[in-house]
Amino acid sequence: MKDRTAKDQPDSSNPSRRRFLKSGAVLAGVLGACADSGIVSDSGPRTLGAIPSPYGQRSTFEKSVRYTNLSDTPEAGASRTPLQDSYGILTPSSLHFERHHSGVPTIDPSRHHLLIHGMVDRPLVFSMEEILRLPSVSRIHFIECSGNSGREWTTPEPTVQRTHGMLGCSEWTGVSLSLLLSEVGVQSEAKWIIAEGADGCKLHRSIPMEKALDNIVIAYAQNGEAIRPEQGYPLRLVVPGWEGNTHVKWLRRIKAVDQPYMGREETSKYTDLMPDGKARQFTFVMEAKSVITFPSGRDQLPGPGFYEITGLAWSGRGLIQSVEISIDGGQSWQEAQFQEPRHPVALTRFRLPWRWEGQEVTLRSRCIDETGYVQPSREALIQARGLNTRYHYNGITAWKVSSDGSVQNAYA
Amino acid sequence: MPMPSKLRAAGWMLAAVLAAAPLMGQAPNYGVGRSPTPEEIKSWDISIGPDGKELPPGEGRAVEGKEVYTRRCADCHGSEGQGGDQGEALVGGEGTLDSLKPVKTVGSYWPYATTLWDYINRAMPFDSPGSLTHKQVYALVAYLLYLNGIIEEEEVLDAQTLPQVGMPNREGFVSDPRPDVGTTDPSR
Repeated sequence: MKDRTAKDQPDSSNPSRRRFLKSGAVLAGVLGACADSGIVSDSGPRTLGAIPSPYGQRSTFEKSVRYTNLSDTPEAGASRTPLQDSYGILTPSSLHFERHHSGVPTIDPSRHHLLIHGMVDRPLVFSMEEILRLPSVSRIHFIECSGNSGREWTTPEPTVQRTHGMLGCSEWTGVSLSLLLSEVGVQSEAKWIIAEGADGCKLHRSIPMEKALDNIVIAYAQNGEAIRPEQGYPLRLVVPGWEGNTHVKWLRRIKAVDQPYMGREETSKYTDLMPDGKARQFTFVMEAKSVITFPSGRDQLPGPGFYEITGLAWSGRGLIQSVEISIDGGQSWQEAQFQEPRHPVALTRFRLPWRWEGQEVTLRSRCIDETGYVQPSREALIQARGLNTRYHYNGITAWKVSSDGSVQNAYA
Repeated sequence: MPMPSKLRAAGWMLAAVLAAAPLMGQAPNYGVGRSPTPEEIKSWDISIGPDGKELPPGEGRAVEGKEVYTRRCADCHGSEGQGGDQGEALVGGEGTLDSLKPVKTVGSYWPYATTLWDYINRAMPFDSPGSLTHKQVYALVAYLLYLNGIIEEEEVLDAQTLPQVGMPNREGFVSDPRPDVGTTDPSR
Protein backbone atom coordinates (compact mmCIF):
# COMPACT_ATOMS: atom_id res chain seq x y z
CA MET A 1 0.00 0.00 0.00
CA LYS A 2 1.24 3.45 -0.84
CA ASP A 3 2.32 5.80 1.88
CA ARG A 4 0.26 8.91 1.99
CA THR A 5 0.84 12.08 3.91
CA ALA A 6 -1.85 12.79 6.45
CA LYS A 7 -3.58 15.97 5.48
CA ASP A 8 -5.44 18.12 7.94
CA GLN A 9 -7.49 20.46 5.87
CA PRO A 10 -8.62 23.59 7.72
CA ASP A 11 -12.29 24.25 8.32
CA SER A 12 -13.98 26.36 5.70
CA SER A 13 -12.55 29.53 7.13
CA ASN A 14 -14.36 32.10 5.05
CA PRO A 15 -18.02 31.16 5.21
CA SER A 16 -20.57 33.73 4.18
CA ARG A 17 -22.06 34.25 7.61
CA ARG A 18 -18.74 34.83 9.26
CA ARG A 19 -17.55 37.03 6.46
CA PHE A 20 -20.44 39.39 6.96
CA LEU A 21 -19.81 39.49 10.66
CA LYS A 22 -16.18 40.41 10.34
CA SER A 23 -15.01 43.95 9.90
CA GLY A 24 -15.70 46.12 6.87
CA ALA A 25 -12.11 45.73 5.75
CA VAL A 26 -12.54 41.99 5.28
CA LEU A 27 -15.80 42.56 3.40
CA ALA A 28 -14.09 45.10 1.13
CA GLY A 29 -11.26 42.69 0.44
CA VAL A 30 -13.70 40.05 -0.66
CA LEU A 31 -15.59 42.38 -2.99
CA GLY A 32 -12.56 43.38 -4.98
CA ALA A 33 -9.60 45.69 -5.27
CA CYS A 34 -11.73 48.80 -4.82
CA ALA A 35 -12.08 49.71 -1.17
CA ASP A 36 -15.80 49.78 -0.33
CA SER A 37 -16.71 52.86 1.64
CA GLY A 38 -20.08 51.32 2.40
CA ILE A 39 -21.84 54.17 0.63
CA VAL A 40 -24.41 52.93 -1.89
CA SER A 41 -24.00 54.58 -5.30
CA ASP A 42 -24.13 53.77 -9.02
CA SER A 43 -20.72 52.96 -10.44
CA GLY A 44 -21.16 54.05 -14.05
CA PRO A 45 -21.93 52.08 -17.24
CA ARG A 46 -22.97 48.47 -16.79
CA THR A 47 -21.70 45.37 -18.60
CA LEU A 48 -23.45 42.16 -19.64
CA GLY A 49 -23.41 39.21 -17.29
CA ALA A 50 -22.78 35.52 -17.91
CA ILE A 51 -24.99 33.50 -20.26
CA PRO A 52 -27.21 30.56 -19.22
CA SER A 53 -25.31 27.36 -18.49
CA PRO A 54 -26.19 23.64 -18.48
CA TYR A 55 -25.29 22.92 -14.85
CA GLY A 56 -25.25 25.60 -12.17
CA GLN A 57 -22.35 26.61 -9.96
CA ARG A 58 -22.42 28.64 -6.78
CA SER A 59 -21.03 32.16 -6.62
CA THR A 60 -17.25 32.30 -6.73
CA PHE A 61 -17.47 34.39 -3.54
CA GLU A 62 -18.86 31.39 -1.61
CA LYS A 63 -16.11 29.26 -0.10
CA SER A 64 -17.86 26.93 2.34
CA VAL A 65 -16.54 23.38 1.99
CA ARG A 66 -16.64 19.98 3.67
CA TYR A 67 -14.00 19.35 6.33
CA THR A 68 -11.70 16.41 5.81
CA ASN A 69 -8.99 15.05 8.06
CA LEU A 70 -7.52 12.31 5.93
CA SER A 71 -5.61 9.35 7.30
CA ASP A 72 -3.01 7.16 5.62
CA THR A 73 -5.91 5.17 4.18
CA PRO A 74 -8.14 8.05 3.02
CA GLU A 75 -10.52 5.76 1.10
CA ALA A 76 -11.70 4.67 4.54
CA GLY A 77 -12.43 8.20 5.61
CA ALA A 78 -14.97 10.91 6.13
CA SER A 79 -15.81 14.51 5.35
CA ARG A 80 -18.08 16.77 7.37
CA THR A 81 -20.92 19.10 6.49
CA PRO A 82 -20.22 22.82 7.16
CA LEU A 83 -23.18 23.23 9.52
CA GLN A 84 -21.97 26.68 10.55
CA ASP A 85 -22.85 27.93 7.07
CA SER A 86 -26.17 26.10 6.75
CA TYR A 87 -29.53 27.77 6.21
CA GLY A 88 -32.89 26.09 6.66
CA ILE A 89 -33.00 22.32 7.01
CA LEU A 90 -31.76 20.87 3.72
CA THR A 91 -28.11 20.05 3.15
CA PRO A 92 -26.84 20.79 -0.36
CA SER A 93 -25.86 17.43 -1.88
CA SER A 94 -22.43 18.91 -2.68
CA LEU A 95 -21.82 19.63 1.02
CA HIS A 96 -23.40 16.49 2.52
CA PHE A 97 -20.96 14.60 4.75
CA GLU A 98 -19.32 11.42 3.48
CA ARG A 99 -18.18 8.26 5.18
CA HIS A 100 -16.65 5.59 3.00
CA HIS A 101 -15.00 2.31 3.92
CA SER A 102 -13.18 1.63 0.66
CA GLY A 103 -13.62 4.71 -1.49
CA VAL A 104 -16.31 5.90 -3.89
CA PRO A 105 -16.92 3.40 -6.71
CA THR A 106 -17.70 4.52 -10.25
CA ILE A 107 -20.92 2.78 -11.26
CA ASP A 108 -22.58 2.86 -14.68
CA PRO A 109 -26.32 2.70 -13.90
CA SER A 110 -27.00 0.80 -17.11
CA ARG A 111 -24.89 -2.04 -15.65
CA HIS A 112 -26.06 -1.79 -12.04
CA HIS A 113 -28.46 -4.37 -10.63
CA LEU A 114 -30.19 -5.03 -7.34
CA LEU A 115 -30.56 -8.69 -6.37
CA ILE A 116 -33.11 -9.68 -3.72
CA HIS A 117 -32.87 -13.28 -2.62
CA GLY A 118 -32.59 -15.60 0.39
CA MET A 119 -35.74 -16.63 2.25
CA VAL A 120 -38.11 -15.38 -0.43
CA ASP A 121 -40.58 -17.08 -2.77
CA ARG A 122 -39.24 -15.49 -5.96
CA PRO A 123 -35.68 -14.16 -5.99
CA LEU A 124 -35.55 -11.21 -8.40
CA VAL A 125 -32.88 -9.08 -9.99
CA PHE A 126 -33.82 -5.52 -10.93
CA SER A 127 -32.15 -3.19 -13.39
CA MET A 128 -32.09 0.52 -12.59
CA GLU A 129 -34.56 1.08 -15.42
CA GLU A 130 -36.97 -1.34 -13.78
CA ILE A 131 -36.60 0.27 -10.35
CA LEU A 132 -37.31 3.68 -11.86
CA ARG A 133 -40.56 2.34 -13.33
CA LEU A 134 -41.99 1.41 -9.94
CA PRO A 135 -44.17 3.67 -7.77
CA SER A 136 -41.96 6.26 -6.06
CA VAL A 137 -41.93 8.01 -2.69
CA SER A 138 -40.14 11.16 -1.49
CA ARG A 139 -39.29 11.86 2.13
CA ILE A 140 -37.23 14.44 3.98
CA HIS A 141 -34.91 12.72 6.46
CA PHE A 142 -31.64 13.36 8.23
CA ILE A 143 -28.75 10.92 8.06
CA GLU A 144 -26.31 11.01 10.96
CA CYS A 145 -23.23 8.85 11.30
CA SER A 146 -23.33 7.10 14.67
CA GLY A 147 -19.75 8.32 15.10
CA ASN A 148 -20.92 11.95 14.78
CA SER A 149 -19.72 13.94 17.83
CA GLY A 150 -17.66 10.88 18.76
CA ARG A 151 -14.76 12.95 20.04
CA GLU A 152 -17.07 14.87 22.38
CA TRP A 153 -16.87 11.92 24.78
CA THR A 154 -13.19 12.54 25.56
CA THR A 155 -11.51 15.21 23.43
CA PRO A 156 -14.08 17.81 22.32
CA GLU A 157 -13.43 19.58 19.03
CA PRO A 158 -13.37 23.31 18.27
CA THR A 159 -16.05 23.88 15.59
CA VAL A 160 -19.61 22.73 14.95
CA GLN A 161 -18.46 21.31 11.62
CA ARG A 162 -16.08 19.02 13.45
CA THR A 163 -18.34 18.25 16.42
CA HIS A 164 -21.58 17.65 14.49
CA GLY A 165 -20.78 17.67 10.76
CA MET A 166 -21.37 13.99 10.08
CA LEU A 167 -24.98 14.98 9.63
CA GLY A 168 -27.09 15.95 6.63
CA CYS A 169 -30.74 16.26 5.69
CA SER A 170 -32.12 15.70 2.21
CA GLU A 171 -35.24 14.97 0.28
CA TRP A 172 -34.78 11.34 -0.75
CA THR A 173 -36.76 9.82 -3.61
CA GLY A 174 -36.96 6.16 -4.47
CA VAL A 175 -38.98 2.99 -4.03
CA SER A 176 -40.29 1.63 -0.74
CA LEU A 177 -38.29 -1.43 0.26
CA SER A 178 -41.56 -2.99 1.43
CA LEU A 179 -42.84 -2.82 -2.16
CA LEU A 180 -39.83 -4.76 -3.47
CA LEU A 181 -40.07 -7.25 -0.61
CA SER A 182 -43.71 -7.82 -1.51
CA GLU A 183 -42.65 -8.50 -5.10
CA VAL A 184 -40.23 -11.24 -4.02
CA GLY A 185 -42.52 -12.67 -1.33
CA VAL A 186 -40.74 -12.77 2.02
CA GLN A 187 -41.06 -16.12 3.78
CA SER A 188 -42.25 -16.24 7.37
CA GLU A 189 -38.94 -17.48 8.80
CA ALA A 190 -37.08 -14.45 7.40
CA LYS A 191 -36.55 -12.14 10.39
CA TRP A 192 -33.71 -9.92 9.11
CA ILE A 193 -32.31 -8.63 5.84
CA ILE A 194 -28.69 -8.20 4.89
CA ALA A 195 -28.10 -5.10 2.75
CA GLU A 196 -24.86 -5.02 0.78
CA GLY A 197 -23.11 -2.34 -1.27
CA ALA A 198 -21.16 -2.59 -4.52
CA ASP A 199 -18.14 -0.74 -3.14
CA GLY A 200 -14.73 -2.39 -2.84
CA CYS A 201 -15.36 -3.78 0.65
CA LYS A 202 -18.98 -4.77 -0.14
CA LEU A 203 -20.08 -3.09 3.06
CA HIS A 204 -23.06 -4.86 4.59
CA ARG A 205 -25.41 -4.51 7.53
CA SER A 206 -28.11 -6.68 9.10
CA ILE A 207 -31.46 -4.92 9.56
CA PRO A 208 -34.52 -6.38 11.30
CA MET A 209 -37.35 -7.35 8.93
CA GLU A 210 -39.76 -5.26 10.99
CA LYS A 211 -37.87 -2.10 9.99
CA ALA A 212 -37.40 -3.34 6.42
CA LEU A 213 -41.17 -3.64 6.04
CA ASP A 214 -41.83 -0.35 7.84
CA ASN A 215 -40.36 2.74 6.20
CA ILE A 216 -37.04 2.05 4.46
CA VAL A 217 -36.59 3.73 1.08
CA ILE A 218 -34.36 2.44 -1.71
CA ALA A 219 -33.36 5.87 -2.93
CA TYR A 220 -32.07 6.92 -6.34
CA ALA A 221 -32.49 10.66 -5.95
CA GLN A 222 -31.39 13.28 -3.44
CA ASN A 223 -32.67 16.83 -3.43
CA GLY A 224 -34.30 16.51 -6.82
CA GLU A 225 -31.50 14.94 -8.85
CA ALA A 226 -29.74 11.60 -9.05
CA ILE A 227 -27.85 10.72 -5.86
CA ARG A 228 -24.21 11.79 -6.11
CA PRO A 229 -21.51 9.11 -6.36
CA GLU A 230 -20.24 9.79 -2.84
CA GLN A 231 -23.79 9.39 -1.51
CA GLY A 232 -24.34 6.00 -3.14
CA TYR A 233 -25.06 6.49 -6.86
CA PRO A 234 -27.09 4.99 -8.31
CA LEU A 235 -28.93 3.37 -5.37
CA ARG A 236 -28.77 3.50 -1.58
CA LEU A 237 -30.80 2.60 1.46
CA VAL A 238 -32.39 5.35 3.52
CA VAL A 239 -33.29 3.89 6.91
CA PRO A 240 -35.20 6.71 8.64
CA GLY A 241 -33.78 7.63 12.04
CA TRP A 242 -31.20 4.84 12.21
CA GLU A 243 -27.42 5.17 12.40
CA GLY A 244 -25.82 6.26 9.14
CA ASN A 245 -23.89 3.03 8.59
CA THR A 246 -27.16 1.14 7.99
CA HIS A 247 -28.02 3.41 5.03
CA VAL A 248 -26.00 1.15 2.74
CA LYS A 249 -24.71 3.01 -0.33
CA TRP A 250 -24.21 1.62 -3.85
CA LEU A 251 -26.81 -0.99 -2.89
CA ARG A 252 -26.49 -4.16 -4.97
CA ARG A 253 -27.95 -6.99 -2.90
CA ILE A 254 -30.55 -7.73 -0.23
CA LYS A 255 -30.73 -11.17 1.33
CA ALA A 256 -33.63 -12.23 3.54
CA VAL A 257 -32.27 -14.32 6.42
CA ASP A 258 -33.34 -15.83 9.75
CA GLN A 259 -30.86 -14.03 12.02
CA PRO A 260 -28.42 -11.10 12.07
CA TYR A 261 -25.23 -12.06 10.26
CA MET A 262 -22.87 -10.43 12.78
CA GLY A 263 -20.81 -8.59 10.19
CA ARG A 264 -17.71 -6.64 11.15
CA GLU A 265 -19.70 -3.35 11.05
CA GLU A 266 -22.16 -4.61 13.69
CA THR A 267 -19.76 -6.41 16.03
CA SER A 268 -16.24 -5.02 15.90
CA LYS A 269 -17.50 -1.54 14.92
CA TYR A 270 -20.58 0.55 15.73
CA THR A 271 -21.00 -1.16 19.09
CA ASP A 272 -20.80 0.77 22.37
CA LEU A 273 -18.36 -0.63 24.92
CA MET A 274 -19.60 0.07 28.44
CA PRO A 275 -17.45 0.49 31.58
CA ASP A 276 -18.25 -3.08 32.70
CA GLY A 277 -16.66 -4.48 29.54
CA LYS A 278 -19.97 -5.43 27.91
CA ALA A 279 -20.80 -3.85 24.57
CA ARG A 280 -24.20 -2.68 23.39
CA GLN A 281 -25.06 -4.03 19.97
CA PHE A 282 -27.64 -3.06 17.35
CA THR A 283 -28.02 0.42 18.79
CA PHE A 284 -29.85 1.54 15.70
CA VAL A 285 -31.87 4.66 16.55
CA MET A 286 -30.14 8.04 16.63
CA GLU A 287 -31.66 9.68 19.69
CA ALA A 288 -32.79 13.30 19.99
CA LYS A 289 -30.01 15.85 19.65
CA SER A 290 -29.58 19.54 18.96
CA VAL A 291 -26.78 22.01 18.45
CA ILE A 292 -26.49 25.76 18.04
CA THR A 293 -24.87 26.45 14.66
CA PHE A 294 -24.58 30.23 15.25
CA PRO A 295 -22.83 31.43 17.21
CA SER A 296 -20.59 28.38 17.36
CA GLY A 297 -16.94 27.47 17.86
CA ARG A 298 -14.39 29.81 16.23
CA ASP A 299 -17.03 32.40 15.33
CA GLN A 300 -16.04 35.96 16.18
CA LEU A 301 -18.80 38.37 17.15
CA PRO A 302 -17.81 41.91 16.06
CA GLY A 303 -19.34 43.55 19.12
CA PRO A 304 -22.36 43.82 21.39
CA GLY A 305 -25.76 44.08 19.75
CA PHE A 306 -28.45 42.02 18.12
CA TYR A 307 -27.83 38.46 16.90
CA GLU A 308 -30.10 35.59 16.00
CA ILE A 309 -29.11 32.39 17.78
CA THR A 310 -29.93 29.52 15.43
CA GLY A 311 -29.37 25.82 15.23
CA LEU A 312 -30.64 22.39 14.33
CA ALA A 313 -32.49 19.66 16.24
CA TRP A 314 -33.40 16.15 15.15
CA SER A 315 -34.60 12.81 16.51
CA GLY A 316 -34.58 9.33 15.05
CA ARG A 317 -37.79 8.69 16.98
CA GLY A 318 -39.90 11.28 15.18
CA LEU A 319 -40.83 14.92 15.49
CA ILE A 320 -38.93 17.50 17.53
CA GLN A 321 -41.44 18.83 20.07
CA SER A 322 -39.47 21.71 21.55
CA VAL A 323 -36.02 23.23 21.79
CA GLU A 324 -34.85 25.25 24.76
CA ILE A 325 -31.88 27.57 24.86
CA SER A 326 -29.87 28.64 27.87
CA ILE A 327 -27.70 31.74 27.71
CA ASP A 328 -26.64 31.55 31.34
CA GLY A 329 -24.69 28.33 31.49
CA GLY A 330 -27.70 26.07 31.96
CA GLN A 331 -29.31 27.93 34.92
CA SER A 332 -32.45 28.88 33.02
CA TRP A 333 -33.94 27.86 29.69
CA GLN A 334 -36.19 29.61 27.21
CA GLU A 335 -38.20 28.24 24.33
CA ALA A 336 -36.77 28.68 20.84
CA GLN A 337 -38.95 29.28 17.80
CA PHE A 338 -39.24 26.70 15.04
CA GLN A 339 -39.12 27.18 11.33
CA GLU A 340 -42.31 25.42 10.25
CA PRO A 341 -43.27 23.04 8.84
CA ARG A 342 -41.38 20.49 10.92
CA HIS A 343 -40.88 17.02 9.51
CA PRO A 344 -40.47 13.82 11.56
CA VAL A 345 -36.95 12.33 11.51
CA ALA A 346 -35.62 15.44 9.79
CA LEU A 347 -33.46 18.38 10.75
CA THR A 348 -35.55 21.07 12.43
CA ARG A 349 -34.34 24.67 12.39
CA PHE A 350 -34.71 26.71 15.58
CA ARG A 351 -34.05 30.34 16.32
CA LEU A 352 -33.95 32.77 19.22
CA PRO A 353 -33.47 36.54 18.96
CA TRP A 354 -30.68 37.63 21.30
CA ARG A 355 -29.05 40.85 22.33
CA TRP A 356 -25.47 40.34 23.45
CA GLU A 357 -24.35 42.86 26.03
CA GLY A 358 -20.67 42.01 25.65
CA GLN A 359 -20.31 39.83 28.74
CA GLU A 360 -19.00 36.24 28.81
CA VAL A 361 -21.87 33.83 28.26
CA THR A 362 -22.28 30.13 27.58
CA LEU A 363 -24.95 29.08 25.09
CA ARG A 364 -26.63 25.68 25.22
CA SER A 365 -29.53 24.09 23.38
CA ARG A 366 -31.50 21.00 24.36
CA CYS A 367 -34.38 19.39 22.52
CA ILE A 368 -37.34 17.24 23.47
CA ASP A 369 -38.82 14.88 20.90
CA GLU A 370 -42.36 13.62 20.48
CA THR A 371 -41.70 10.68 22.80
CA GLY A 372 -40.87 13.10 25.63
CA TYR A 373 -37.19 12.20 25.52
CA VAL A 374 -35.03 15.10 26.70
CA GLN A 375 -31.55 15.51 25.20
CA PRO A 376 -29.14 14.69 28.03
CA SER A 377 -26.23 16.72 29.33
CA ARG A 378 -22.71 15.61 28.49
CA GLU A 379 -22.20 14.76 32.16
CA ALA A 380 -25.30 12.53 32.32
CA LEU A 381 -24.28 10.71 29.17
CA ILE A 382 -20.76 10.02 30.43
CA GLN A 383 -22.13 8.92 33.79
CA ALA A 384 -24.42 6.42 32.06
CA ARG A 385 -22.01 5.07 29.46
CA GLY A 386 -18.47 5.87 30.51
CA LEU A 387 -15.72 6.92 28.12
CA ASN A 388 -14.99 3.75 26.15
CA THR A 389 -17.32 4.30 23.20
CA ARG A 390 -17.05 6.71 20.30
CA TYR A 391 -20.58 6.20 19.02
CA HIS A 392 -24.11 7.51 19.62
CA TYR A 393 -23.12 10.71 21.45
CA ASN A 394 -26.10 13.07 21.75
CA GLY A 395 -25.17 15.26 24.70
CA ILE A 396 -25.80 18.97 25.02
CA THR A 397 -23.16 21.19 23.42
CA ALA A 398 -22.01 24.38 25.14
CA TRP A 399 -20.47 27.29 23.25
CA LYS A 400 -18.65 29.89 25.37
CA VAL A 401 -18.77 33.46 24.07
CA SER A 402 -15.90 35.43 25.61
CA SER A 403 -16.10 39.15 26.25
CA ASP A 404 -13.91 39.77 23.20
CA GLY A 405 -16.58 38.08 21.05
CA SER A 406 -14.62 34.90 20.37
CA VAL A 407 -16.57 31.64 20.60
CA GLN A 408 -15.27 28.24 21.63
CA ASN A 409 -16.44 24.79 22.67
CA ALA A 410 -16.86 25.15 26.44
CA TYR A 411 -15.86 21.51 26.93
CA ALA A 412 -12.68 21.73 24.82
CA MET B 1 -64.68 17.63 -21.64
CA PRO B 2 -66.62 14.60 -20.38
CA MET B 3 -64.60 11.39 -20.36
CA PRO B 4 -65.89 8.59 -22.66
CA SER B 5 -67.74 6.14 -20.46
CA LYS B 6 -65.54 3.19 -21.50
CA LEU B 7 -62.40 5.04 -20.49
CA ARG B 8 -64.03 6.13 -17.25
CA ALA B 9 -64.92 2.51 -16.44
CA ALA B 10 -61.35 1.43 -17.17
CA GLY B 11 -60.12 4.18 -14.86
CA TRP B 12 -62.36 2.99 -12.04
CA MET B 13 -61.18 -0.57 -12.54
CA LEU B 14 -57.54 0.51 -12.39
CA ALA B 15 -58.26 2.50 -9.23
CA ALA B 16 -59.96 -0.54 -7.70
CA VAL B 17 -56.98 -2.76 -8.53
CA LEU B 18 -54.51 -0.27 -7.04
CA ALA B 19 -56.63 0.17 -3.92
CA ALA B 20 -56.72 -3.59 -3.47
CA ALA B 21 -52.96 -3.95 -3.99
CA PRO B 22 -51.99 -3.93 -0.30
CA LEU B 23 -54.48 -6.73 0.31
CA MET B 24 -52.93 -8.93 -2.31
CA GLY B 25 -50.29 -10.01 0.16
CA GLN B 26 -47.36 -11.90 -1.24
CA ALA B 27 -48.44 -12.00 -4.90
CA PRO B 28 -46.26 -9.88 -7.19
CA ASN B 29 -48.06 -6.74 -8.30
CA TYR B 30 -45.89 -5.13 -10.90
CA GLY B 31 -44.20 -7.92 -12.83
CA VAL B 32 -40.93 -6.02 -12.80
CA GLY B 33 -37.57 -7.73 -12.39
CA ARG B 34 -36.35 -11.07 -13.67
CA SER B 35 -35.53 -14.37 -11.99
CA PRO B 36 -31.79 -14.79 -11.44
CA THR B 37 -30.16 -18.14 -12.15
CA PRO B 38 -28.82 -20.12 -9.16
CA GLU B 39 -25.32 -19.46 -10.56
CA GLU B 40 -25.92 -15.70 -10.56
CA ILE B 41 -27.06 -15.81 -6.94
CA LYS B 42 -24.10 -17.97 -5.95
CA SER B 43 -21.60 -15.63 -7.58
CA TRP B 44 -22.98 -12.61 -5.69
CA ASP B 45 -23.89 -14.18 -2.35
CA ILE B 46 -20.81 -13.71 -0.17
CA SER B 47 -22.73 -13.45 3.12
CA ILE B 48 -21.45 -15.76 5.84
CA GLY B 49 -23.76 -15.98 8.85
CA PRO B 50 -22.78 -17.07 12.36
CA ASP B 51 -23.88 -20.67 11.71
CA GLY B 52 -21.47 -20.78 8.76
CA LYS B 53 -23.88 -22.58 6.46
CA GLU B 54 -22.74 -20.53 3.43
CA LEU B 55 -19.03 -21.22 4.03
CA PRO B 56 -17.47 -22.55 0.82
CA PRO B 57 -15.34 -25.71 0.46
CA GLY B 58 -11.69 -25.39 1.40
CA GLU B 59 -9.50 -25.52 4.49
CA GLY B 60 -6.50 -23.84 6.01
CA ARG B 61 -4.02 -23.98 8.90
CA ALA B 62 -2.01 -21.36 10.73
CA VAL B 63 1.27 -22.31 9.10
CA GLU B 64 -0.14 -21.57 5.64
CA GLY B 65 -1.87 -18.49 6.97
CA LYS B 66 1.39 -17.07 8.30
CA GLU B 67 2.86 -17.17 4.81
CA VAL B 68 -0.14 -15.34 3.29
CA TYR B 69 -0.24 -12.90 6.21
CA THR B 70 3.42 -11.96 5.81
CA ARG B 71 2.95 -11.18 2.14
CA ARG B 72 -0.48 -9.55 2.14
CA CYS B 73 -1.28 -8.23 5.61
CA ALA B 74 1.85 -7.50 7.67
CA ASP B 75 2.64 -4.14 6.01
CA CYS B 76 -0.45 -2.62 7.59
CA HIS B 77 -1.26 -4.84 10.58
CA GLY B 78 2.28 -5.48 11.81
CA SER B 79 4.46 -8.57 11.57
CA GLU B 80 2.40 -10.53 14.10
CA GLY B 81 -0.93 -8.69 14.13
CA GLN B 82 0.14 -6.07 16.65
CA GLY B 83 -1.14 -3.25 14.41
CA GLY B 84 0.62 -0.50 12.49
CA ASP B 85 0.13 2.98 11.05
CA GLN B 86 -2.41 1.84 8.50
CA GLY B 87 -4.04 -1.18 10.09
CA GLU B 88 -5.51 -1.86 13.48
CA ALA B 89 -4.24 -4.43 15.96
CA LEU B 90 -5.67 -7.91 15.39
CA VAL B 91 -4.06 -9.65 18.36
CA GLY B 92 -4.03 -9.11 22.12
CA GLY B 93 -6.09 -6.95 24.43
CA GLU B 94 -7.49 -9.78 26.57
CA GLY B 95 -8.75 -8.52 29.90
CA THR B 96 -8.74 -4.84 28.87
CA LEU B 97 -12.38 -4.31 27.87
CA ASP B 98 -13.46 -3.05 31.29
CA SER B 99 -10.38 -0.87 31.76
CA LEU B 100 -9.89 2.80 30.89
CA LYS B 101 -7.78 1.75 27.91
CA PRO B 102 -9.66 -1.06 26.22
CA VAL B 103 -7.88 -2.77 23.33
CA LYS B 104 -10.45 -4.20 20.95
CA THR B 105 -9.00 -6.91 18.70
CA VAL B 106 -10.17 -10.07 16.98
CA GLY B 107 -9.05 -11.97 20.06
CA SER B 108 -10.40 -9.67 22.76
CA TYR B 109 -13.59 -8.33 21.17
CA TRP B 110 -14.93 -10.17 18.09
CA PRO B 111 -17.77 -12.52 19.11
CA TYR B 112 -17.79 -14.82 16.06
CA ALA B 113 -15.00 -16.46 14.05
CA THR B 114 -17.31 -16.49 11.00
CA THR B 115 -17.18 -12.68 11.00
CA LEU B 116 -13.44 -12.81 10.48
CA TRP B 117 -13.82 -15.14 7.49
CA ASP B 118 -16.59 -12.97 6.02
CA TYR B 119 -14.70 -9.71 6.50
CA ILE B 120 -11.34 -10.88 5.14
CA ASN B 121 -13.11 -12.45 2.15
CA ARG B 122 -15.18 -9.37 1.33
CA ALA B 123 -12.94 -6.48 2.29
CA MET B 124 -9.27 -7.42 2.68
CA PRO B 125 -6.55 -6.63 1.77
CA PHE B 126 -7.68 -2.99 1.98
CA ASP B 127 -6.21 -2.02 -1.40
CA SER B 128 -7.19 -5.24 -3.18
CA PRO B 129 -10.38 -6.68 -1.69
CA GLY B 130 -11.65 -9.91 -3.20
CA SER B 131 -8.17 -11.02 -4.32
CA LEU B 132 -7.70 -13.88 -1.82
CA THR B 133 -8.71 -17.47 -2.54
CA HIS B 134 -11.07 -19.26 -0.17
CA LYS B 135 -8.19 -21.46 0.96
CA GLN B 136 -6.10 -18.38 1.75
CA VAL B 137 -8.97 -16.91 3.76
CA TYR B 138 -9.33 -20.11 5.82
CA ALA B 139 -5.58 -20.10 6.40
CA LEU B 140 -5.49 -16.44 7.45
CA VAL B 141 -8.37 -16.96 9.87
CA ALA B 142 -6.52 -19.95 11.33
CA TYR B 143 -3.31 -17.93 11.73
CA LEU B 144 -5.05 -14.99 13.44
CA LEU B 145 -6.98 -17.25 15.79
CA TYR B 146 -3.74 -19.10 16.56
CA LEU B 147 -1.89 -15.83 17.26
CA ASN B 148 -4.69 -14.96 19.69
CA GLY B 149 -4.34 -18.32 21.45
CA ILE B 150 -7.84 -19.37 20.42
CA ILE B 151 -6.93 -22.46 18.35
CA GLU B 152 -3.89 -24.73 18.16
CA GLU B 153 -1.24 -24.23 15.51
CA GLU B 154 -2.08 -27.50 13.76
CA GLU B 155 -5.85 -27.10 13.85
CA VAL B 156 -7.55 -27.28 10.44
CA LEU B 157 -10.31 -24.77 9.76
CA ASP B 158 -13.01 -25.56 7.22
CA ALA B 159 -16.74 -25.03 6.76
CA GLN B 160 -17.47 -27.48 9.61
CA THR B 161 -14.85 -26.50 12.20
CA LEU B 162 -14.79 -22.71 11.78
CA PRO B 163 -18.33 -22.02 13.11
CA GLN B 164 -17.50 -24.20 16.16
CA VAL B 165 -14.60 -22.01 17.28
CA GLY B 166 -15.40 -20.50 20.68
CA MET B 167 -14.47 -16.82 20.68
CA PRO B 168 -13.47 -15.43 24.11
CA ASN B 169 -15.88 -12.46 23.93
CA ARG B 170 -18.83 -14.46 22.58
CA GLU B 171 -20.98 -13.42 25.55
CA GLY B 172 -19.71 -9.83 25.58
CA PHE B 173 -22.61 -8.19 23.76
CA VAL B 174 -25.97 -6.98 25.03
CA SER B 175 -28.95 -5.47 23.24
CA ASP B 176 -29.73 -1.75 23.18
CA PRO B 177 -31.20 -0.72 26.57
CA ARG B 178 -31.79 2.90 25.61
CA PRO B 179 -33.26 5.28 26.51
CA ASP B 180 -30.79 5.05 29.38
CA VAL B 181 -30.53 8.80 29.88
CA GLY B 182 -32.63 11.72 28.79
CA THR B 183 -36.08 10.63 29.91
CA THR B 184 -35.93 12.73 33.03
CA ASP B 185 -34.01 15.88 33.75
CA PRO B 186 -34.25 17.27 37.29
CA SER B 187 -33.45 20.80 36.11
CA ARG B 188 -36.47 20.89 33.85
